[in-house]
Amino acid sequence: MVEEEGFRRYVAHVILWIGIAIVAFPVYIAIVASTQDNALIANGQMSLLPGGHFFEVYYQTIFVGTSGSTREPVANMMLNSLIMAILIAVGKIAISIISAYGIVYFRFPFRMPIFWIIFITLMLPVEVRIYPTYKIVADLHMLDSYAGLSLPLIASATATLLFRQFFMTVPDELLEASRIDGAGPLRFFWDTLLPLSRTNMAALFVILFILGWNQYLWPLLITTRDDMQTIQVGIRKMITTSDALTEWPVVMATAVLAMLPPVFVVVVMQKLFVRGLVETEK
Amino acid sequence: MANVTLRNVRKTYPGGFEAIKGVDVDVGDGQFCVLVGPSGCGKSTLLRMVAGLETVSGGEIDIGGRVVNQVEPADRDIAMVFQNYALYPHMSVYNNMAYGLRNRGMAEAEIKTRVEEAARVLELAPMLERKPRQLSGGQRQRVAMGRAIVRQPKVFLFDEPLSNLDAKLRIAMRVEIRKLQRRLNTTSIYVTHDQLEAMTLADILVVMNGGQVEQVGNPLAIYEKPATTFVASFIGAPPMNLMSTRPDEIKTQLGADGRAAEAGILGIRPEDFVITDQTPAGGVALALTVEAIERVGAETFVYGSRRQDEQPVAATPGELPPGEVIVRIPGAEAPAIGQKIRIAAVREKLHLFSGDGRKRIEA
Repeated sequence: MVEEEGFRRYVAHVILWIGIAIVAFPVYIAIVASTQDNALIANGQMSLLPGGHFFEVYYQTIFVGTSGSTREPVANMMLNSLIMAILIAVGKIAISIISAYGIVYFRFPFRMPIFWIIFITLMLPVEVRIYPTYKIVADLHMLDSYAGLSLPLIASATATLLFRQFFMTVPDELLEASRIDGAGPLRFFWDTLLPLSRTNMAALFVILFILGWNQYLWPLLITTRDDMQTIQVGIRKMITTSDALTEWPVVMATAVLAMLPPVFVVVVMQKLFVRGLVETEK
Repeated sequence: MANVTLRNVRKTYPGGFEAIKGVDVDVGDGQFCVLVGPSGCGKSTLLRMVAGLETVSGGEIDIGGRVVNQVEPADRDIAMVFQNYALYPHMSVYNNMAYGLRNRGMAEAEIKTRVEEAARVLELAPMLERKPRQLSGGQRQRVAMGRAIVRQPKVFLFDEPLSNLDAKLRIAMRVEIRKLQRRLNTTSIYVTHDQLEAMTLADILVVMNGGQVEQVGNPLAIYEKPATTFVASFIGAPPMNLMSTRPDEIKTQLGADGRAAEAGILGIRPEDFVITDQTPAGGVALALTVEAIERVGAETFVYGSRRQDEQPVAATPGELPPGEVIVRIPGAEAPAIGQKIRIAAVREKLHLFSGDGRKRIEA
C-alpha cells in the first residue's frame, strides 16, 4: 500500500475520525448516563460529562438490582449469560470439530447425504424452528436450566463447515506420516489435527461466544425464574413502560457491563483470532 | 535388514483404471532400489503400496519374508520420507523425530539417545527445539530423514524427497542420502522422475512406464543396453537419438545381414557420434545441417537436422522430433550454425530395436 501524502492524507483521517465518532458516541453516552442521577435524566437535563454517581450506581447494579421490575442483581445475570455463552461456544466447537473430522477423514455409507443434511440445517436457525424446539426442551424438563439455555443452540452447521474446509487443506501426507508413525485415528486427531486447528478454534470461539452472549429470543422464552435470567433479557425487563420510573443509570450501567465480556474475549483472543482467519502457513 | 519382493503386484482403482499392471521386483538386503519413470507411470503408487498407504489389488508384497498385503503401515517396519516432508508443523524437531517412537511405547531415555544420535549424524543438533517452519528446505529434508532413521526400520521408502530443493542442494543431499544408506546398510526404495538421480543412487534401477516395468537392472547395464526405445530415450540426458532404419541411407549402411534386417529403429547416443568425413566399417554415417549449438563449458551439444524425407519414429517423452539429431562433443569447439557436417558412429555403439520399439535386437 502506498502512503498518501499531504492533503489527501488529512481527508482520509478526518473521514476515519467521523466513523469512529459515530460508532463511539452511543457507547460514550451509555457510560456517561450510568454515572448520573436518575432524576436528572428523567428531567431531560442529562449532562454530556460524567456525573458523580459512578460507584453508587454500579454497586447497586451489580449487587442489588433495580428497585422496580426485576429485583435480580446484574452479577447473577452476567453469570447466567457467561455460563450460557461458554457452554454454547465450547459445545459448538467440540461437536462440530468431531463431526467435521468424521466427514473428512472417514469413508462410511451415506457420508455425502449426511454432510448435506448438516449443510441444510444452515437454513433452519432457532427463530424458524422455535416452537418444536421449545416443545422438546419443555418435554425434557429443561426449562429454566443451563442445559435448556445452551443445548438447542449447540449443533452448528457453520462451524462444521469451517472445520471441514480447514481439514481439507491439511496435507494428506500428514495423515500418512502419522499412520506410518503408528498413530491411530484418535491419536492423529488429538496429536496433530487439534493442535493445528488451535487458531481456527480461537477465531470460532470469539464469534460463537459473542453469538451466545447476544442471544435474546431463546432465553426470553425458556427462562421464567428471575435467577435464570440472562443479561440481554434483563436489560429489556428493566425498562418499564408503565407506572414506575425507568432507572436509566442502572439500565445504562447494565448495558456497559454487558459489553465488557465480549470486549474482553476479543482483546484476549485477538492475536489468535486474526491468525485463525488469515493463516495459510501449515 | 530385509529384502523386499514384489510378485505380480497390481493396482486397479475402483473406477477400473489400472495403475499398476503386474510388477515383479526383487530388492536384496541392503540394496538401494530406484523406481524411475515419467509422471503418471505408477512409481509413486507402487511405493505407497509397499508402505501400506494404498491397498494391493493383486499379487504379493513381501518384506523380510513376510507377506504384508494386509498389514497396517505402522506394523510393516518401514519408514517413509515424503516429497513435502510431511513434518508435524506444531512439533519441535525433537518431537517430530520422537513421535513415532513414543507411539510405540519406547522408553524416553532410549528415544533421547536415538534422536540425539540421528541429530548428530544429520547435523541437526543445534535445531532440536525449533519448529519446522523455522528451518530451511534442506534442514526440513534432513529432519524428515531423521524421522526415518530413528525408527531403525527394515526398509526406507523415499518418495521424490529431493524434488522440492534447489538444484545445488539437491546434488549435495543426493550424495548424503547415498552415504547414509551405505553406512546404515538399510534396504531402500526410492522414487524419482529425475534420471540423473536414478543413475547415481541406484544399485538396482527399475524403469517404469504406464504401470509396467520396462527394464530392471544395474544402472550402467541399463544405460549400455536399454531393452526398449522408451528406456533408451528416458535414461541418459540428452536422450538417445532414435531413427527409422527404413531410409535407404541407413539401410545400406547397416547391411542386410541377419538381425540388422529385422530392426525397425536405430538408436545412437549423442556422445557416441564423432564429427568425421570417414565412415567406420559397419558403422553409420549421417549428413547433418547444424541448427543450434549449446555450449555448457566442458561439452557442447550440436543440434542438427537430417534430410526431410525422414520417416517419423513413434515419439516418447523426452525424445527428439523426427529428423533431428543431437551430437555431444567434448570441449567448446563447434561447427557454425548452418554448416553441413558429417557425423559417424561405430558398429559397437549402435542400438537396434524392433519396429515397435518394444524389443532390443543384439546386432
